[in-house]
Amino acid sequence: MLKQIEGSRAVAEAIALCRPEVICAYPISPQTHIVEALGAMVKGGELAKCEFINVESEFAAMSVAIGASATGARAYTATASQGLLYMVEAVYNASGLGLPIVMTVANRAIGAPINIWNDHSDSLSQRDSGWMQLFAETNQEALDLHIQAFKLAEELSLPVMVCMDGFILTHAYERVDMPTQQQVDDYLPPYEPRQVLDPREPVSIGAMVGPEAFMEVRYLAHAKQMQALERIPQLAAEFKQIFGRDTGGLTHTYRAEDAETMVVAMGSVLGTIKDTVDEMRDDGHRIGVLGITSFRPFPLVQVRAALQHAKRVVVLEKSLAVGIGGILSTDVRMALSGIQLHGYTVVAGLGGRAITRKSLHKLFREAEQDALQPLTFLDLDWGVVNKQLARERDMRRSGPAAENMLRDIGTVASRIS
Amino acid sequence: MSFQPIKFYQTGTFTVGNRLLDPEQRSVQSHQDRSNAINSGHRACQGCGEALGARYALDAAMEATDSQLIAVNATGCLEVFTTPYPETSWQLPWMHSVFGNAAAVATGIAAALKVKGRNEVRVVAQGGDGGTTDIGFACLSGMFERNDDVLYICYDNEAYMNTGVQRSSATPPAARTATTMPVGPNPGNVFGQGKFVPAIAMAHEIPYVATATVADLRDLEAKVKRAMEFRGARYIHIFVPCPLGWGTASHDTIRIARLAHETGLFPVFEAEHGELVSALPIRRQVPVEEYLKPQKRFAHLFGAKPMLEVIARIQARADHNIRKYGMLQEEEAL
Repeated sequence: MLKQIEGSRAVAEAIALCRPEVICAYPISPQTHIVEALGAMVKGGELAKCEFINVESEFAAMSVAIGASATGARAYTATASQGLLYMVEAVYNASGLGLPIVMTVANRAIGAPINIWNDHSDSLSQRDSGWMQLFAETNQEALDLHIQAFKLAEELSLPVMVCMDGFILTHAYERVDMPTQQQVDDYLPPYEPRQVLDPREPVSIGAMVGPEAFMEVRYLAHAKQMQALERIPQLAAEFKQIFGRDTGGLTHTYRAEDAETMVVAMGSVLGTIKDTVDEMRDDGHRIGVLGITSFRPFPLVQVRAALQHAKRVVVLEKSLAVGIGGILSTDVRMALSGIQLHGYTVVAGLGGRAITRKSLHKLFREAEQDALQPLTFLDLDWGVVNKQLARERDMRRSGPAAENMLRDIGTVASRIS
Repeated sequence: MSFQPIKFYQTGTFTVGNRLLDPEQRSVQSHQDRSNAINSGHRACQGCGEALGARYALDAAMEATDSQLIAVNATGCLEVFTTPYPETSWQLPWMHSVFGNAAAVATGIAAALKVKGRNEVRVVAQGGDGGTTDIGFACLSGMFERNDDVLYICYDNEAYMNTGVQRSSATPPAARTATTMPVGPNPGNVFGQGKFVPAIAMAHEIPYVATATVADLRDLEAKVKRAMEFRGARYIHIFVPCPLGWGTASHDTIRIARLAHETGLFPVFEAEHGELVSALPIRRQVPVEEYLKPQKRFAHLFGAKPMLEVIARIQARADHNIRKYGMLQEEEAL
């Protein structure tokens, strides 16, 4: 059924259709609307056979999900940013134990400085946590990916993060096609755990493993993610059969035929990039796009196949690996090892900085001329940065850097471009 | 239940052994068909109070629930010495997640059981004092205030023993630990710090809070069974001496635990819905020196020049507990 609703509401309704049994909620922007909606559905009886628990922290949220999942319940939670970092110990534990929890990450920057707006720093910080990470480009895809995520997680006994851009998607009202309960039931079978806490068949879960087997147990997690590389496209195909939509998969290319310049990105910014590429294609530029849906497992083969015939690759990412540059671009580079082409890392949109078509046009044209720096910070205000660097050179007690820089800019809280 | 005939002539007390009691009065541990929830072969130190306390507590909980029990464990000695894979002492479904989340994991298990309609299966979460009063405290308080259907048991040996005897917020004043060494003008742990979580649990007004020691295992069993009669959040705080960390003889574990109670340093009581309902009486208050002297962690108080002022401050703490929890009341009434 077609609906014009907020992204968070769409995700909440999709989660409800997946018949979750335990939902734990702790408020953090911008994921809050999702669990608020689910809480109302449980309290109102619309979502039956489900426990909704208001926990005292994200660490508890993930821990409650761990306990519920280990008892054979389908468990769900949502978080973002600082919340994801606060639960990290339990995040690693969930994947290490092989518990198929599904969690929405409404992607948001990590402080300091504290910032509530969108970038990908939060979930990308968990790239090695053992969770699978699927990135949504649109609200429709966010909705669909959650349904696929439960199936993927439960088949492989590994948890999945569905990542959707905070505010840009979570708070945007868009048209979505909401599946029926029958469709979701046809697609997603009841959860059948591999291990379960049950007095009828007592097991010990989570005991210590020493050097004699730790590597093997950890390798198994990798082996499962390699299985996921095969399973994710199949799940997308099965999804299409029931729901009639192409959603999910590992990667998607757009106007990549004969492209000399390929732009790689994840999430909602792909929309802006595609619009820009459309305009450039109209002007005769040979430029295309590779969108990565599955960040973990990372589809090395598919990325290589999509990029290997280009002359140059521009990885535009909403994340910064301080001290080296890019996170996504490092992975892309690994996919391209041995291939001689120009590679550019563009760090963009940190902390909600708008990524505009105007800026992208300029950026991509510079890339085509190979005039880009290997590491570029899109729309960085060098004046402000250099002034602060000079200040720190000149005096020891230069004070809080962020405040100085804001004073230099001159308080424009809502300035976006 | 199996039955062993009485061979000794003695009546009127629980202290001389179960064989002298009517079968229905005998402890869970005396039953040959007890569950042995933590079976033999584990790696606890000789004289470990925690191993003893956990065994009695869980066997009592198993009996109370007809073996429909799931246990969660915080990281710590109990988790380590009952495992590692492929070995496990646990004869019931058991889970360890991380150090600070045992209460929350138990909440998740209870929620899953509820939604699956398995109300007969109960959940017990366990941790040491570090996992309870420090790193796990937020999750514990959250579980309490939501009144989740979990019995949380803290095995309190007054420091981080698993990592090598470091101070926790349950470490008593003047005690030597690896991070409160007996050096300088004020040796050992400082006065005026720390917290007594049973009182904080009572402040949550949860259905049931109790303390116990491994010196009175009948009392411990009774409290665990009582706890299982309630639904909602319950908390039992068990005093478990640690021969390794305290520098006590392995064969003194029960004696030290009894002295902790009889000095008044560790109040043994029960509370329901935030109100004290009983305190285990002391027949005769024992001076704290008798408790402190056998423990190397307090040896610096009894050197060539005893630290009488420090001992007096510890005595004052004991006296305070006795007044606060009415531990001598029953004696006076007699």
